[in-house]
Amino acid sequence: MSLATEQDFGTPARISERTVTLEIDGQSVTVPAGTSVMHAAAAMGTSVPKLCATDSMEAFGSCRLCLVEIEGRKGTPASCTTPVEPGMKVKTQTPRIARLRRNVMELYISDHPLDCLTCSANGDCELQDMAGAVGLREVRYGYDGANHFKPAKPKDESNPYFTFEPSKCIVCSRCVRACEEVQGTFALTIEGRGFESAVSAGAHENFLDSECVSCGACVQACPTATLNEKSVIEAGAPEHSVITTCAYCGVGCSFKADMKGGEVVRMVPHKDGKANHGHSCVKGRFAWGYATHKERITKPMIRASIHDPWKEVSWEEAINHAASEFKRIQAKYGRGSVGGITSSRCTNEETYLIQKLIRAAFGNNNVDTCARVCHSPTGYGLKTTLGTSAGTQDFDSVSEADVIMVIGANPTDAHPVFASRMKKRLREGAKLIVLDPRRIDLVRTPHVEAQYHLPLRPGTNVALLNALSHVIVTEGLVDEDYVAERCEKEDFDLWRAFVAEQRNSPEALSATIGVSAEAIRGAARLYAGAKNGAIYYGLGVTEHSQGSTTVMAMANMAMATGNIGREGVGVNPLRGQNNVQGACDMGSFPHEFSGYRHVSEEPVRALFEKEWGVGLDHEPGLRIPNMLDEAVEGSFKGLYIQGEDIAQSDPDTQHVTAGLRAMECVVIQDIFLNETANFAHVFLPGSSFLEKDGTFTNAERRISRVRKAIAPLAGLADWEVTMALSNALGYPMTYKHPSEIMDEIARVTPTFTGVSYDRIDELGSIQWPCNAKAPEGTPTMHVGGFVRGKGKFIVTEYIPTEERASQRFPLLLTTGRILSQYNVGQQTRRTDNNVWHGEDFLDIHPFDAEHRGLREGDLVALASRKGEVTLHARITERMQPGVVYTTFHFADSGVNVVTTEYSDWATNCPEYKVTAVQVRRVNHMSEWQERYRADHDEQERLAGRVPAGAAE
Amino acid sequence: MSQDSIVRMVNQIATFFATYPRPQAVEGTYDHIQKFWDPRMRKKLAEKVAAGGEGLSEIALEAARKFPSAKS
Repeated sequence: MSLATEQDFGTPARISERTVTLEIDGQSVTVPAGTSVMHAAAAMGTSVPKLCATDSMEAFGSCRLCLVEIEGRKGTPASCTTPVEPGMKVKTQTPRIARLRRNVMELYISDHPLDCLTCSANGDCELQDMAGAVGLREVRYGYDGANHFKPAKPKDESNPYFTFEPSKCIVCSRCVRACEEVQGTFALTIEGRGFESAVSAGAHENFLDSECVSCGACVQACPTATLNEKSVIEAGAPEHSVITTCAYCGVGCSFKADMKGGEVVRMVPHKDGKANHGHSCVKGRFAWGYATHKERITKPMIRASIHDPWKEVSWEEAINHAASEFKRIQAKYGRGSVGGITSSRCTNEETYLIQKLIRAAFGNNNVDTCARVCHSPTGYGLKTTLGTSAGTQDFDSVSEADVIMVIGANPTDAHPVFASRMKKRLREGAKLIVLDPRRIDLVRTPHVEAQYHLPLRPGTNVALLNALSHVIVTEGLVDEDYVAERCEKEDFDLWRAFVAEQRNSPEALSATIGVSAEAIRGAARLYAGAKNGAIYYGLGVTEHSQGSTTVMAMANMAMATGNIGREGVGVNPLRGQNNVQGACDMGSFPHEFSGYRHVSEEPVRALFEKEWGVGLDHEPGLRIPNMLDEAVEGSFKGLYIQGEDIAQSDPDTQHVTAGLRAMECVVIQDIFLNETANFAHVFLPGSSFLEKDGTFTNAERRISRVRKAIAPLAGLADWEVTMALSNALGYPMTYKHPSEIMDEIARVTPTFTGVSYDRIDELGSIQWPCNAKAPEGTPTMHVGGFVRGKGKFIVTEYIPTEERASQRFPLLLTTGRILSQYNVGQQTRRTDNNVWHGEDFLDIHPFDAEHRGLREGDLVALASRKGEVTLHARITERMQPGVVYTTFHFADSGVNVVTTEYSDWATNCPEYKVTAVQVRRVNHMSEWQERYRADHDEQERLAGRVPAGAAE
Repeated sequence: MSQDSIVRMVNQIATFFATYPRPQAVEGTYDHIQKFWDPRMRKKLAEKVAAGGEGLSEIALEAARKFPSAKS
């Protein structure tokens, strides 16, 4: 293992059908038309010296170091800004060029501090490298005149993760351009002219107070120590790297974990990562400190009752105790009285093992996963209409889209790296339609403005999609040839007649939706008229009582306009968690095995029975909400939960905790004592993504390797713990490495037959289906025909949710995420990301605030028919009147105390996005929060810790 | 699971399929419950039907009656 270095070609690669052949230093080289001379030289192995150029951004031509001579041309053009031409003869090194480059470097160095030996970028500094490369031996100008480093300008250390040291800046503009071109935030600029030119964050602010989103693109782009990770400043240069995959959102960015022995020094996005192409966000890039946080639990623990103190025990004792409890419960209450929950944070291999343990060792199908509460409607809806439970495209596809429709998703916060790609395409001229009750950032952000923002009332997605489809059908915008060739005619005719009904017109539904008919018509025409129209959606679609219906309505609309089955189009779920796609693929649902095959199908069951050597149940098992219902009712008594925190994340908290309290054995496998662990009897310490081998599958069906960078803190990786439990239960598992688990998955899953660790290493990553028909995987699905054969249109009647605003609860609450925090916050709350978002706020429109006499920052009670919590109010016009919003990142906010038991009709995915609430000013915390704090303090004591605030 | 939530869930499913012709709607509702519900939930539904099926919509009731245990 050594430090992973990637070749920098200086300028971006070009794609062209036309190639150009030229001669560089007497050697012939052929490259795509449009390639720069610098890139062409790099392609043949010659690095032209450079400072302002790097291949993640367009050429800038400011440093004058990459000069070359070209036969027949005057002067010495910059190789970064000069495109190749046929027959061109280039020399990258001549005495004249060497002299010029030395002169340029001499000027740079004459204005740079010479503290190389003690500089944090020592050994990783392009300025230092270039001084060496051009053979700089003296600086004739001395250091006495006007300069930028004496006296040193103050360092900006406001960002928790990196420093800005202006004295070391060479004003190459790479950071400014990275912020614009790569991230798309435009937070940085060069202020002043000539000698006064300097990098500035925002309007002369410090980094933390500026619009900077701390994605790290500038730090990566900086050729000197000007922008440098604090972790590197502290630890020194890393010495080896491990290529792995981020464990935060469903984008699944590839990262280099830059290491020093057994310690991570920094995480740097990997250029060859096909999901992120070298970009990152504040979470993956910087918020990994939780992995070694002092609150990590590294010893197994057990207790008889949830009111007893935890007792540290050996792995053997904990595992045997858990197994004997499950056996006891099954003997007493029946085979179906126990179950398990797999984790979307864990690897495919670990998820597969848990569902295998439940089906084979427990002997029932009571297995579910957190997709239940996020994207289960995607699975149902896309499988019904198109034939497979997955997004249709790869992320790169967005660069071919002409009209992008974002529905119920907030990519700049929840899927930031993909959002940067999307924004880049929008800056290139693609049009944008946003369907969201809130004015999300994407609606209007630097150099991006939505053509249409349809701020619908929460709960009216289906009505809006029907109205959009009405316009498409009645205005002759259907792609008739596509539909005739690729879709079931009878279903299409039914659907066409249905959406064409007057009651589905924008005019008829406008009042319900809360958006003008004119805007709906305009948006429908724009989408349907696009050469390539692409839909991207999130939990604003799925987490409704009509979540599955909305997914099918989107698929209907995409099929009707011929927008599935090629690059640039599609229906694309933006998956919440790193491995939520994988968890679903691996058979985490109670009704299906890996590869989405129903447990009642005889041949499928026979396949698994043969592979696993045990008889399997043919009936579907309980889903998470059903498990909790049955626990309260008394028929469900034991639960094995890996890496999931249902006591915080799932709706109707008081019902969830009642279910957990009613169980006789709750086993939690996690890296922290999370909220659910408060109700647990056995705690099995988990391992973070840095501590194990495996694979994650991202939102584009891309299977990427997770590689062990450090040893598991508790001694065992999660897959080893599940194996031990299974063995103790009497069902033997004997895998020696996760690769063997993947081999088994490939044997039993038709869409994975071509997948193995060797193959992933060879290809970098693989998008399933990967089998004999698609040996290198499948970037775009449904090319030439749908997976199910013919596409199936489904009639999508709008049925309002039973959850209605009333006189008592006149506002509608919708919940979501923010950039810096991640879901229940167990990870990000244990990092410095709290400086951006240290608590959950209630966002409310000025009109609603004034009506209630609220001022910014007031403590308010948020009450629904289910419960009441208190939060601080934030007044913002991002909201529409009548709608309030909050995040659910902090346990003590208890936002899910307020959300209801209502759920999607098809999948029981909770209706997080519509809760009727009232908001009023208060001067004390809610009763629930008081109780939560008391319970929390008790649990802290039982875990042998001093509760926060106890010393006062 | 309480009878109330069983009734709400079945009605929700039946309402989705209600836009299709009656036999299809009943079959769709039945099939969905068969495919996605744990047997003990189906048993509760059957008990509900045996007790008169109060609160179930017409399609829901018709679909629920198709479960064999409903007749026992």
